[in-house]
Amino acid sequence: MLSRVAEALFWIGRYTERAEHTARILDVHVHRVLEDPWLDEASACRALLAVMGVPPPDGELDARRVTEIFGYDLISPASIAGALCAARENARGARDVVSSEVWECLNVTWNDLPHNIELGRRLGPHTFFRYVRERTAMLAGLIDATTPRDDSWRFVMLGRGLERVDMTARLLSSSISDDPASQSWLSLLRSCGAHEAYLRTYRRAVDAARVAEFLLLDRLFPRSVYWSLAAIEDVLAELDGTRGRSRLAVHDVARRTIGRARTDLEFARLDELVDDMPELLASLQRTCSEVSLSITARYFAREVPKSWASEVPA
Amino acid sequence: MADLFEGYAAEVASTAAWDEVFVADDAPRGVYQALYDALRPMTSSDLAGRTKALDRAFRDAGITFNLFGEERPFPLDLVPRLISADEFDVVERGVIQRVKALEAFLADVYGRAEVLEDGIVPRRLVLTSTHFHRAAHGIDPPNGVRAHVSGIDLIRDEVGGFRVLEDNVRVPSGVSYVIENRRAMTRVFPELFATHRVRPVADYATHLLHALRAAAPPEVADPTVVVLTPGVYNSAYFEHALLARQMGVELVEGRDLVVRDNHVLMRTTEGERPVHVVYRRVDDDWLDPVQFRPESVVGCAGLLNAARAGAVTIANAVGNGVADDKLMYTYVPDLIRYYLGEEPILPNVDTYRLEDPDVRAYVLDRLDELVLKPVDGSGGKGIVIGPSASAEELDALGERVRADPRGWIAQRVVRLSTSPTLADDALGPRHVDLRPFAVNDGNRIWVLPGGLTRVALPRGSLIVNSSQGGGSKDTWVLAPEGEAARRRETLTRLAGVPRLAAGPELGPVDGSAQQQQQQQQQGGAGEPC
Repeated sequence: MLSRVAEALFWIGRYTERAEHTARILDVHVHRVLEDPWLDEASACRALLAVMGVPPPDGELDARRVTEIFGYDLISPASIAGALCAARENARGARDVVSSEVWECLNVTWNDLPHNIELGRRLGPHTFFRYVRERTAMLAGLIDATTPRDDSWRFVMLGRGLERVDMTARLLSSSISDDPASQSWLSLLRSCGAHEAYLRTYRRAVDAARVAEFLLLDRLFPRSVYWSLAAIEDVLAELDGTRGRSRLAVHDVARRTIGRARTDLEFARLDELVDDMPELLASLQRTCSEVSLSITARYFAREVPKSWASEVPA
Repeated sequence: MADLFEGYAAEVASTAAWDEVFVADDAPRGVYQALYDALRPMTSSDLAGRTKALDRAFRDAGITFNLFGEERPFPLDLVPRLISADEFDVVERGVIQRVKALEAFLADVYGRAEVLEDGIVPRRLVLTSTHFHRAAHGIDPPNGVRAHVSGIDLIRDEVGGFRVLEDNVRVPSGVSYVIENRRAMTRVFPELFATHRVRPVADYATHLLHALRAAAPPEVADPTVVVLTPGVYNSAYFEHALLARQMGVELVEGRDLVVRDNHVLMRTTEGERPVHVVYRRVDDDWLDPVQFRPESVVGCAGLLNAARAGAVTIANAVGNGVADDKLMYTYVPDLIRYYLGEEPILPNVDTYRLEDPDVRAYVLDRLDELVLKPVDGSGGKGIVIGPSASAEELDALGERVRADPRGWIAQRVVRLSTSPTLADDALGPRHVDLRPFAVNDGNRIWVLPGGLTRVALPRGSLIVNSSQGGGSKDTWVLAPEGEAARRRETLTRLAGVPRLAAGPELGPVDGSAQQQQQQQQQGGAGEPC
């Protein structure tokens, strides 16, 4: 497979996952701002911006403004609309590999974006978030149904998994400073679609340590950090394995990094985990970007555009 | 476009009821000012569009109830009903007081029965109640709670005071609509919330689960709670499923349970697992074929004996109906004085007991001015409203009352307060009531800030039950502004200034590179055809 195409697939995975996760986060955020009378809207919005790594803009901050920034901005890669556009651009560059159904799904989503943004502005953002969730779920289903399990599938899965770990780590770090009994833990579960799964697992009220434990460590929930890391590791091993196997060490940097992060979680002691949470989350985010870089370096070898010297040095 | 509120004041004046929103023409009460300002610029087509979205949302989520075999969404009106912090404080204290008295009465009646000895309530009245179950005598709930969940129906009379219309301590339903109405409203009408501080209702299930766990037999460290439903054909099945899902507990039917050696077990793929608390949404009569109706297939044989043996807690307890029938209702103010030594905070509606021959004669003379209600009725069935009944209906009613005076009560016609409700193209006054829900965990009675506001949708109708063409409104209890500000400040201080995380990573295709490539590709591929 061409490196350029592989890279495009990787980013289709990342961008669609980002769009979906951002839609979930925003939906819950907007809902919470409306529903919780004790919440200060401006500071909740500032916290969200900080977690997502976007510097706060000048002027008044409210849920509407945040929805513009993370929802409707067609340029910014941190916004839903921006991520969907970018995913579609990437798919356009790899149309020979992406199945036509997947491409069409992305393209329809892209075509309908302006209309749905307009609807969202008029009728409240929930309709927009719902549209994004439905479209991304459909896309995931089509990828699942029409992609052969070869490298093209693996690169999409890598992108999706990395983005999921990154987003969940960001979300968790937005809540660790909160009061353990705060409503924000509930919102956190909801935005990962994990509320009901959590309740059925623990059968009791939401509390901080358990939520963190569930979203980080649960072995069975497909949006937990552990689950995603393990899935990435498997995919990396398959990619690596098809290119010669070593009897001693793992030479693939990405695989080594992800394996360590997964092992750290897998064998961590629960009490340590809660105490070291901020450090752990930061390191997870670092892991994601390191892995992303090493995958890029190994598989997406890309020539730096050459700049030709137009003058002969003396 | 006509003003939404056009003609509203005139119609209110004709109903002679207290209006929730307006004092006089055009002058909304303080608590409604912000809502009024937000609604006034809207047109009826704005509202119609939102109503459609709302209806769709309910249908999509499957939030429906069964009416004559048809699944339909419970109509939610778009205009919320507001209750100020001070008003709700009265409601809350009144409801707590009432629940305390009812709990004390139930404990007494199924125990030493001192209240009957002291003649506060006639012994005959309790013994003839169809809901007094001897089978429940001597079952002592572990934390003393019998009414884990109660719903007290309130109305506002013509001068604006809250009065109690009915108590529900058997299986009060409707809380799912409170939760779902709020969810739908924040989605369909977000801008209304921007100007209000509304106390949340979403944590109801957390409180319920806490109360149910607290009610478990004391020797069980980690109790298993289940919700017992009659099944998918029950009109409130949606609510049962919602509560089970939000509590994260199993939703079981009678056939999933089995009682062995006075222990309740549920059949699972991992074998039989013990159950310690059954939050049952099945009526007493159908709960246990061993004790009650033998033909019941929705109950669980032996459940009551298991409860008596102390291995399981049934919530709400069996036999609670004795405290909430409409005749016992007339004694509740006396019960409050007797058990708590307090005056009732929320008064009853003036009610006549018909067993006294003089009172009966008085009432029979005035059937056309009064409301008559069957003591055991629920869901608004069998109620006759004198002023709007025909002569034949009243004659037939008189006959039935003479034949069974124990079965009826008479009340004066209270004009329930009115609230603006979307009907056709404008807002018209429609009568509303309020059902706050109270959850008792044995230490504290918690009242859900809000409750179910039911609204009678036909013009002039006083019957708000869903089975009789009623709808509902989202009920907003406003947070006291001082407290809200204080809590916000603390929270903000706790949270501190958030640290900026790393920005989102970028793929190979971004704006600038794309443009450059585009130019070159267009330029490098010859003339476009």
